[in-house]
Amino acid sequence: MAGIAVSTTINGDSVEYLCQPDEPLLDVLRDRLGLTGAKEGCGTGDCGACSVILDDRLVCSCLVLGAEAQGRRIETVEGMAHGETLHPLQQKFLEHAALQCGICTPGFLIAAKDLLAKNPDPSEEEIRFGLAGNLCRCTGYDKIVRAVQDAAHVMKQA
Amino acid sequence: MNFDPRYANRNFASVGTRPIRPDGIDKVTGRARYGADFNMAGQLVGRVLRSPHAHARIRSIDISKAEALPGVKAVVTAKDLPDLTNGDAAMYDILDNSMARAKALYDGHAVAAIAAIDARTARQALKLIEVDYEVLPHVTDVDEAMRHHAPLINDTVFTEGLEEKPVKPSNITKRSQFGHGDVHAGFAQADFIVERSFKTEQTHQGYIEPHACVANVNLDGTAELWVCTQGHFVYRQHCAQLLGLEASKLRVTSSEIGGGFGGKTHVWAEPVALALSRKAGRPVKLVMTRDEVFRASGPTSATSIDVRIGARKDGTITAAEATLRYSSGPYAGSWAEIGAMTAFACYRLDNVKTVGYEVLVNRPKTAAYRAPSAPMAAFAVESAVDELAKEIGIDPVDFRIRNAAQEGTRSSYGPVYGPIGIGPTLEAVKNHPHMKAPLKKNQGRGMACGFWFNFGGQTCVDLNIGMDGSVSLAVGTVDVGGSRASLSLVAAEELGIDYSQLKAIVADTSSLGYNDMTDGSRGTFSSSMATISAARNAIKILRDRAAQMWDIPVDDVVWEQGHAVAKGDNYGNLGKLSLRDIAAKSGTTGGPIAGHSELVADGAGVSFATHICDVEVDPETGATRVIRYTVVQDAGKAVHPTYVEGQYQGGAAQGIGWALNEEYIYGKDGRLQNAGFLDYRIPVCSDLPMIDTQILEIPNPNHPYGVRGVGETSIVPPLAAIANAVSNAAGVRMTHIPMSPPRILAAIEAERG
Repeated sequence: MAGIAVSTTINGDSVEYLCQPDEPLLDVLRDRLGLTGAKEGCGTGDCGACSVILDDRLVCSCLVLGAEAQGRRIETVEGMAHGETLHPLQQKFLEHAALQCGICTPGFLIAAKDLLAKNPDPSEEEIRFGLAGNLCRCTGYDKIVRAVQDAAHVMKQA
Repeated sequence: MNFDPRYANRNFASVGTRPIRPDGIDKVTGRARYGADFNMAGQLVGRVLRSPHAHARIRSIDISKAEALPGVKAVVTAKDLPDLTNGDAAMYDILDNSMARAKALYDGHAVAAIAAIDARTARQALKLIEVDYEVLPHVTDVDEAMRHHAPLINDTVFTEGLEEKPVKPSNITKRSQFGHGDVHAGFAQADFIVERSFKTEQTHQGYIEPHACVANVNLDGTAELWVCTQGHFVYRQHCAQLLGLEASKLRVTSSEIGGGFGGKTHVWAEPVALALSRKAGRPVKLVMTRDEVFRASGPTSATSIDVRIGARKDGTITAAEATLRYSSGPYAGSWAEIGAMTAFACYRLDNVKTVGYEVLVNRPKTAAYRAPSAPMAAFAVESAVDELAKEIGIDPVDFRIRNAAQEGTRSSYGPVYGPIGIGPTLEAVKNHPHMKAPLKKNQGRGMACGFWFNFGGQTCVDLNIGMDGSVSLAVGTVDVGGSRASLSLVAAEELGIDYSQLKAIVADTSSLGYNDMTDGSRGTFSSSMATISAARNAIKILRDRAAQMWDIPVDDVVWEQGHAVAKGDNYGNLGKLSLRDIAAKSGTTGGPIAGHSELVADGAGVSFATHICDVEVDPETGATRVIRYTVVQDAGKAVHPTYVEGQYQGGAAQGIGWALNEEYIYGKDGRLQNAGFLDYRIPVCSDLPMIDTQILEIPNPNHPYGVRGVGETSIVPPLAAIANAVSNAAGVRMTHIPMSPPRILAAIEAERG
């Protein structure tokens, strides 16, 4: 089957690839482009481990086709830090120990980045509902919520 | 110097602090490599064909069409995994579970597998495999499976542990019994007796990372396996035995692990991946789908438990008895036995008896799930304890304090306790502000206790000092939740250096001696013991090198706060030599400086916790929300308190999901109906409140720093704590877990009449 040629922007860089018509964006990122930060926890859009931002919208990349990325902008966890400087969310996740195994962390960071872009001053309840599409089995979410609260505080002051 | 594991009270510089974990940066930048994040040149995609039947004889498998499909490089069935287990029944079960031989024993049981050039070809090829099944009667319920006329899952099983050897085969593989005293006499002394039957449904560990591996078998008989596992040395043993490889020629590297909770303690598809690679002559990557994880990895037991407890008017328990039936999937297990051991472990009892039955069912092979078997037993016992307190008219915390086990108590499963934390956790709960906070309408508060044994086991550590004085620590216990940070703290403490001077890694099976897997809450307990021992061995060498540099007897050199110091009246002008000073000269004083340790970490101190929970029950829908939760648990010594809190919170959250929502649902056809995160719903962020924690430190006398394992106990009390809270909120005693809205609503309506 012939591949579909796609031109897109990932973390600010122009990227071109060929993909199959039925190939999820997640597989393109992981298997064709080597961007393995997004994880496959379910493949059905239930766990959020594959979260990426597509044109300012939070999506599960397992539910988006690679071909749909044509002409659009994708943000992944690999693009969050700038040079040697971590994004405040990354820094606060480390400081609060908001990860144990860490498999859900890239998805949470992307979802939290999207949440804070839309709501820079979320309440605890807004954070909990804003991140309800991301599953974490290790932490009980307590330290994740605190890390996001702390990052929001830091980002407001910046 | 012999290693002395006994507790020595000391002031800590590093232990007890909360630095950032050494693997943290990789995990927040997406660079950490998990099971599915590794690739090899020329690698194929492996996929597994699974039985749609709960119980079926496999008459034949025709793989010819699949083999003929272009792009298919290997197809394997049980014929490609000959029985090399030499009468080892447990290994045979693992072999049979990884690829069905005569019969498919559950919905999801592997029957064949394919390696192809890409996922699309592999999926196509799976459809071309023709399996001729003779469908057999099945049984998936633990109580049904014990009935006389139940379909037999394995007709060579005769119940072990009975006084007379049975003449007929049975689905009950084993009976076990624990206890002491005379329960009959004990119940005769009781003024109040509570007797109840309970059921708990099967749950899954729910790790977010599916099982994943890359297998590479070379033509010379050597092999490599990259895999997410809780125990790469154990995986090496299993795979080497099942594939007929020499263990030392199979190098297993543990990837970062995306959660395990017991579910990654033994092999599932890894032997199949190796068999595919061997047949294809190329590396094979095999990643389970979420559907496969639910259907074909190792969930916990479903249970059916009867409890009877009697007490005098003054609140003293006079007798306690339980019968526990645990499903183990289609293979023998010891899950009811563990449940029977833990059931009454929190209490000081003169008369106690527990009996466990291991029951075969047509469900996936049961695996460990965080303090395996204990939460279900605690649910039954702690529910009955609460009810008994209510009948006597005594506060449930006071009732438990009155009957709590103490140092010197003979436990219900046999051993006599050393210093333990059950009493202190109960006292802390009694005095906790949470217990005094007001409740609103439809809200109720519950509490419950939990016990877990903890485990030590075989452990090996290497500590290598570089010529620049930096220290690398190679451990063999897989880091499931921050243990590289805690072990670095321990090494820093012992050497007297800064945490930042160290880097800890998990070494592969060819680089370090054998280690048992990370289970039984042993990671930090056992590897810290070995790290302390290795550091002390390195210090011995450092002292020797300092003595050479100073040209004085080594006995006059002591190690203090990261420095060699000369002790004696004549050495006033020698000053101190830092670890860096000594390391810089190591090339001319005898070569590399390292400390090694190999030990069996005996003496894992038992662990106790008490939890408090507030719930709100909607009487119209039966929906229950946890609105406040507090965990109090003994850590012995919290090495990295933040990660200890994380273990407490995570276990509580898993327990909340189990208590209220999670369950395997089977249809009449014996097929799993909810094999996905949409229908098997684990708690999400908006389901939970903050989870408060209180760490108690009752030192473990068998560890130099007093450390106890902390990972598992936190999942033991929640089922009962929430059931007790629901009882207080809605006036109904829930006896079936999960307490899903329909079950609570039915109980409320039954209560109303």
